[in-house]
Amino acid sequence: MAKEINEETMENVCILAKLSLEGAEREKAREEMQKMLDYVEKLKELDTDGVEPLSHIFEEENVFREDVVVNGDEREAILYNAPKAKEGQFQVPRTIG
Amino acid sequence: MKTYETVIGLEVHVELATKTKIFCGCSTAFGGAPNTHTCPVCTGMPGSLPVLNKQVVEYALKAGVAANCKIHRYCKFDRKNYFYPDNPQNYQISQLYLPICYEGSVEIETSAGKRKVRIHEMHMEEDAGKLIHDEWEDCSLVDYNRSGVPLIEIVSEPDMRSAEEVIAYLEKLRFMMQYLGISDCKLQEGSMRADVNLSVREAGTKELGTRTEMKNLNSFKAIARAIEGERERQIELLEEGKPVIQETRRWDDNKEYSYAMRSKEDAKDYRYFPDPDIPPVHISDEWIRRIREEQPQLREEKMDWYQKKLGLSSYDAGILTESRHLAELFEEVSALYGDPKKTANWFMGEVLRLVKDKGMEPEEVRFTPSHMAELLRMVDKKEVSPQNARKVFEEIFQKDINPVLYIEENGLKIIEDVKILTDTLQKVLEENPGPLEELLSGKEKVFGFFVGQMMRELKGKASPEAVRKALAEEIAKRKSETVPMD
Repeated sequence: MAKEINEETMENVCILAKLSLEGAEREKAREEMQKMLDYVEKLKELDTDGVEPLSHIFEEENVFREDVVVNGDEREAILYNAPKAKEGQFQVPRTIG
Repeated sequence: MKTYETVIGLEVHVELATKTKIFCGCSTAFGGAPNTHTCPVCTGMPGSLPVLNKQVVEYALKAGVAANCKIHRYCKFDRKNYFYPDNPQNYQISQLYLPICYEGSVEIETSAGKRKVRIHEMHMEEDAGKLIHDEWEDCSLVDYNRSGVPLIEIVSEPDMRSAEEVIAYLEKLRFMMQYLGISDCKLQEGSMRADVNLSVREAGTKELGTRTEMKNLNSFKAIARAIEGERERQIELLEEGKPVIQETRRWDDNKEYSYAMRSKEDAKDYRYFPDPDIPPVHISDEWIRRIREEQPQLREEKMDWYQKKLGLSSYDAGILTESRHLAELFEEVSALYGDPKKTANWFMGEVLRLVKDKGMEPEEVRFTPSHMAELLRMVDKKEVSPQNARKVFEEIFQKDINPVLYIEENGLKIIEDVKILTDTLQKVLEENPGPLEELLSGKEKVFGFFVGQMMRELKGKASPEAVRKALAEEIAKRKSETVPMD
């Protein structure tokens, strides 16, 4: 049996993922996460002894850049994506101090 | 009262001196206007693709080899997930499962002698952006210029027992990185940062106590004070029978006390998983062999060489090697001039004095080594007086002038003409009848006065020995002339 997604787990996941889920929405998310865990439980039935964990699908290795500056000052374009900006910086809710 | 032992391990972040960031072609230059060194990759825009800077791997390998580490031939990057505005992707690309270097060690030396500090691992990762608080609107402002600047994190084993050992370890790493040319390691500018993991235990016990992690340490002095402060805090808790809580604490250097960080700042569930954007890195034997072969002489080897082969004192060897750049300049001058000890004296005296007077970094010193060597040779040949040589050297230091031409053009060449010397002597004696009488009557104190007057008249262009000799001879002569009249 897969681990049960209880309220405590829900709360922890919501804090880590910065989600505020309420009512039916929260229940739906809980059910979907439970299904995912059940599916993983199914996968666990496979014998994976001696099989290397796969982290990358392609066989490429050593994809490098040379250490050469190719980007110039793109501040205007970058800040265009900011919901709010001030004095050339991204403006965000207070986090420190 | 019980005696306690402090057990300390360090996590040191070193900013690598690459020209570009770890995953994009943005400049890493320090001090640019906010967000002028940014692009879609280092601001975490969806769909952007990070590509690893080869130089970062090269530098990490250099550090690992120098610290006697084993190398994971096959290494990978992982995502460390956390939400904070300094981290635009909501994850930091780091290495958890297969860090590039592991199981190394460095040797440190303190008043208690030599000791080995084991390195648990070194891994590559990206730096975060910089947050500043905006008082006017009660919000925070983010600059991503530093986001994506390459770091190596060096994790030690808990092998240190005192603040002195911690400082020695940090100095060791700093010199190592500087000599390898992979980081300038400036604590004040944040290119070297240390987190201190500390626990205490009763002396003689084997088991480790509960540790805390301290952040926000930006000078060697702050680190030493934080270690003292946290050690005392933990001992006090244990003496009162209270437990030490495993937590992250922020050191306040003004109040000399550490404060527990809010639990939200300390969410330790990072849900690491392999980063699918960065293909694995395969490090060949050939690559490691080349790194080993190209490793420059490190500070300890240089100090050893200076003492054993060049005959310098351990004090001079220590000072001269505090900057790799200055040490190399010293070696070049010394080789051209041929007398390491005299060269060292000039470096210890004149070069370091000027560096200090001008408020410079040793790395900024630039002059042609042959200019200094030539000047020292001219002093030996008594072509220029030591006093004037110091003035000429200042010109070399500041403007890299050619000393031969400069001495010629400014008429600083030593006067060897006996006539000029005796003429000047007669003039000076004539102009100062009072002191002359004192000198003739045996007051040796005024001898120095006449030497000074002579040097002034000759604008320092005579050797003091020649002046002293001429003066002594003249006085002896006059004394003998006056004796019969007594």
